[in-house]
Amino acid sequence: MAEFEKANSVGEWFDQRLNVKGFWRVMMTEYWIPKNINFLWAMGALLAMLFTLLLVTGIFLLMYYKPDVNMAFDSVNYTIMQEVAYGWIFRNIHGVGASVVFLVIYIHMFTGIYYGSYKKGREMIWLSGMLLFVLFSAEGFSGYMLPWGQMSYWAAYVITEIFGGIPFIGDELVIWIRGNFYVADATLTRFFMLHVLLIPLAILGAIVFHFYTLRFPHVNNEEGEFFDYKEESEKYLAGDKKESKVIAFWPDFLSKDFMVISIFMIFFFYLVFYHNSFAMDPVNFDKADGLKTPAHIYPEWYFLWSYEVLRGFFFDMFGISGKSLGLIAFGFAQAIFFVLPWLDRSPMVKPASQRPVFKYWFWLMMADLFVLTIFGKLPPTGVNAWVGFYSSITFIVLFLALPFLTKIEAKMAGGK
Amino acid sequence: MINESRRGFMGKAFGAVAAVGAVGSLVAMKKTWDPLPSVMAAGFTTVDMSALEENKLQVVKWQGKPIFLIKFAADMQAVDKRSVKVGEHYYSVMIGLCTHLGCIPAYSSANKQFKCACHGGEFDAAGVNTFGPPPRPLDIPPFAIKDENTIVLGESGPEYEALIASLATDNNIA
Repeated sequence: MAEFEKANSVGEWFDQRLNVKGFWRVMMTEYWIPKNINFLWAMGALLAMLFTLLLVTGIFLLMYYKPDVNMAFDSVNYTIMQEVAYGWIFRNIHGVGASVVFLVIYIHMFTGIYYGSYKKGREMIWLSGMLLFVLFSAEGFSGYMLPWGQMSYWAAYVITEIFGGIPFIGDELVIWIRGNFYVADATLTRFFMLHVLLIPLAILGAIVFHFYTLRFPHVNNEEGEFFDYKEESEKYLAGDKKESKVIAFWPDFLSKDFMVISIFMIFFFYLVFYHNSFAMDPVNFDKADGLKTPAHIYPEWYFLWSYEVLRGFFFDMFGISGKSLGLIAFGFAQAIFFVLPWLDRSPMVKPASQRPVFKYWFWLMMADLFVLTIFGKLPPTGVNAWVGFYSSITFIVLFLALPFLTKIEAKMAGGK
Repeated sequence: MINESRRGFMGKAFGAVAAVGAVGSLVAMKKTWDPLPSVMAAGFTTVDMSALEENKLQVVKWQGKPIFLIKFAADMQAVDKRSVKVGEHYYSVMIGLCTHLGCIPAYSSANKQFKCACHGGEFDAAGVNTFGPPPRPLDIPPFAIKDENTIVLGESGPEYEALIASLATDNNIA
């Protein structure tokens, strides 16, 4: 065994055994962040904060929630909302938090796309982030089922039905996922398990991995500048903080993150107390009824764009049924963001505003996602259906064109 | 050298044990997600057709879906390839979900038609779409005629097979 001297303080006692100081230095005071960043770089810390909030409120909700088709609705809308002291606040934070976490995820994602933070050594950051997006989506979907209202039921019905479109095994697969021929008690219980245990565990693991992927390529900066971190950190440590291009994760970077978090939390709790209805669909305050379909079924706002891509193909083309085309387009929309680092053929790591071709692509894509989101909520009849069709086509074309557009951009940059 | 080969053997042995364990675990996990035997048994619904009244909608539940049953009155025309003859009478046996977006249409005995409140689709008593957005007639669930008063939903009998086969040929011609 290694020699241990008698410790002179509690801190030293722990330091001898756990190397607390060394660990803190590596993770915090000598983990370097570029100086040249803005408030959009605080979204990661904000997401960690929101996830913690969801985890804690979820634990309290779990004390009274009952995953049973006969009890779930009342356990939420009666027991938690009316009987449990402060139960309503945990539910509102959880519901509003689930919605707002997607808002911040999208800002985080589109910040990454705008600044080209997925390129040149940062591919694993992007991939692990996309993995988190998928896990959060699964978490949002499974959680939405739990209050067992009409929208819970029919969203679960429609989304599980999507798997029926997979050739050959589709019908059996749907029954297998649901554990019944329709969305039933077995479905609720297994999605409850996913929501409170398996997916949160996976998310925790993925968050740790996502942090780790940042360690070597480092966080991108506003200008996409590459510099020698060793050199810059030495300047910082020598006391020349003004000249150095880097700051320490703690206390420099995180203290600003906390400022952003503070402002955000005021806004967040304003929503929780005064404007929580956007996260509480009135249709979901009717108890689930498998024999009564609501007039319009739509998902929460953060799934609307991909839902619209799914619905966009409402007629047969090239001898393929509209349903299958929608399913293929939906699969495309889910998968295509993963390969973004390889679709962008331009080596330029710059904000979109400084990229001659990409800037148009970026804002077109944003506009298209906006249109898809708006029309995803509207009933798919008449003109709406056609807007949905063309904006879905636009989405697919934009991504298919990206390699060619960025190739052109690379040539333009090379010529200069 | 001897040590190396022993370590190699231990590695392979562990690999084999782990592979068997992994396959076994996956099978067990897949089976745990399967619908329970009681659920599979409830996939069949037996209906006593003698309880039906003429031109009056009877709804039974089969696999969580509403099934529409109508006994045809003397003045109602049976529709070829859709109406089911059980004993002496013709019946409509259909899944009661609008083929547009899955809402449940309501039946009016006076007009002898279904009307869907969601988007205004209409069907006649045999389930043929007559107006609005529904793209096709109401679907027909698998059924088997047991005797002159009984059918079982969820089991495909010869009458159902014949019906589906004739519909399939129609579609190919179209």
